Amino acid sequence: MSIRFDKLGVVIAAITAYGAFVAPFATFRANRIVAGEPRSILEALPQPLGLVLLAVLLAAGLVALFKTPLVVRLGASVVALLSLALLIGVAGSHLTPEGNTFARVSPASGFWVLIFAFTLLLADVLTRLQLSPVGRVVALGTAAAAIWLLLASGAWDSLSILKEYANRADSFWNEARRHVELALGSLVAAVLVGLPLGILCHRVEALRAGVLNVLNIIQTIPSIALFGIMIAPLGWVAANIPGASALGIRGIGAAPAFVALFLYSLLPVVANTVVGLAGVPRAANDAARGMGMTGWQRLKNVEFPLAFPVILTGIRIVLVQNIGLATIAALIGGGGFGVFVFQGVGQTAMDLVLLGAVPTVALAFAAAIILDAVVEYIATRKSTEVAAA
Amino acid sequence: MKAWIPLLLRLCLLALLIAFLTNPLWFEPLLKPLTQNGAPAIYNQGSLMSLAIQHLRTVAIATAAAIVVAVALAILVTRPVGVEFLPLSRSLVNIGQTFPPVAVLALAVPAVGFGEKPTLIALFLYGLLPIFENTLTGLTTTPANIVEAARGAGMTGWQRLLKVELPLSVPVILAGIRLSVVISLATATIGSTVAAKTLGEVIIAGLQSNNLAFVLQGGLIVAALAVLIYDALSALERMAAKRMGQVAA
Repeated sequence: MSIRFDKLGVVIAAITAYGAFVAPFATFRANRIVAGEPRSILEALPQPLGLVLLAVLLAAGLVALFKTPLVVRLGASVVALLSLALLIGVAGSHLTPEGNTFARVSPASGFWVLIFAFTLLLADVLTRLQLSPVGRVVALGTAAAAIWLLLASGAWDSLSILKEYANRADSFWNEARRHVELALGSLVAAVLVGLPLGILCHRVEALRAGVLNVLNIIQTIPSIALFGIMIAPLGWVAANIPGASALGIRGIGAAPAFVALFLYSLLPVVANTVVGLAGVPRAANDAARGMGMTGWQRLKNVEFPLAFPVILTGIRIVLVQNIGLATIAALIGGGGFGVFVFQGVGQTAMDLVLLGAVPTVALAFAAAIILDAVVEYIATRKSTEVAAA
Repeated sequence: MKAWIPLLLRLCLLALLIAFLTNPLWFEPLLKPLTQNGAPAIYNQGSLMSLAIQHLRTVAIATAAAIVVAVALAILVTRPVGVEFLPLSRSLVNIGQTFPPVAVLALAVPAVGFGEKPTLIALFLYGLLPIFENTLTGLTTTPANIVEAARGAGMTGWQRLLKVELPLSVPVILAGIRLSVVISLATATIGSTVAAKTLGEVIIAGLQSNNLAFVLQGGLIVAALAVLIYDALSALERMAAKRMGQVAA
């Protein structure tokens, strides 16, 4: 039996070697805004943990390099990722001088490169395993639980991003709630308006091109401008319509952000509803008509269920897009995780930027995986139903 | 006769855009009602024209880099050598699309500093995805009988790629580039939050000084640029499709 290299493994092993031996593992800073000093794995960790980490990385890199069974590759990537996650916390407490509350230790490029390498390996294994939709959600849940455990155990408390969090725990959860409210609320509003509008566009051909063109043009307006433009009409509403300001509608803040997100969300919802309804086979519609179904019954029992997976794909696009765009709301005082991102950029405090950016990425990522799984689950169930019928 | 109306509308939009960029003061009376307390109605901290050119330059550099890398990657994963990477690259593209632009931008700052560079990185990463996906679609959906015929004619792998598969994929690749450029045009405005010189500067100045006229003019210039470029690339795509004997989608 000859030894065979895995092509992706060669790339992963090369990245691992760079991350472990060339790039710094952690950055030490005397306070939160000065420039950092790089620390390698052996400098950042107490012995023998540094050597243990190097051994784990070497072993996992070798597993990746050669053609090995998928289970072994899965194990290697998980062990490597867990060791990195645990030991970066250890590096935090090891590098921070006793009793010093100003010093900041953050993961440096080497750490991120290593995480990237083994996430690549893990992603490759998971792709090759061809997990079922339920399996993917379970994998996501496991990863989330592991991260939650690490956070709850305090293993990461000595890292700079969590020090930033500790200073703002209350406002963090407020902004988190606001972020989710903005993203989900505007999605719900867009579905409530977009579905009927899509159905109308499907039935009334004269409307279709006009509505879709207007929605397309709204998409070309850059997000920060649309958020800004909304300030004027909502300010007018708050000033001139009795009761509006009592409802929390103001020219700046969450209301214009909500309306802007809503406007961006309309196109994917309406367009996918139109595409989904147009894709309903004529035969199915004719059969329903032959059975004496009214227009409303056909819509409810035939067209809508058949178009649903496509509509859901539109909703998935909107949700992921909204979670990202809601960060812009902070620029007009609308809150959300963007508050930390833009504060951090303003203060050149990158840990604060991370405090806003990391949860946003995690939310968007989780939303994409869950909704993709739901779309696939519904689509496969539908095709087996059709096959069974 | 009717077919001329959209073209005429676009030419008007182009003329309006050029007029606004070269002589913004002509439009001052239109924007004046949006300002308060005698604030300036036209952006006065730099020339709109040079900001627009910088904006387009940033988008062009990032898109050019994205085209080269995305097309090369797509070619690699559809050859026998790289076919192992195909499923992984598909999932990476899907994962990459979930990263919000603001997050990418902000995370790039510690690595490369403020200014144009983080914007270029964010735009490059964002531009990769649609182009990669479309090139992949184009290369994997080339009709098998055509590839067979090319093989039968004695073409090598390279010749098939350069003379058959890539030319047939050009319309789909162009569609990906179009999508990527439109996204980049809008995303580049966010770059001004990390001090890149783009039209976003006008919008942000407006947000900071509560000057709606600035926000509106910045937003409308970008939107007009996006609509015009989108249409120009669509026309290019139709021409390419016609040359390939395909019906435009």
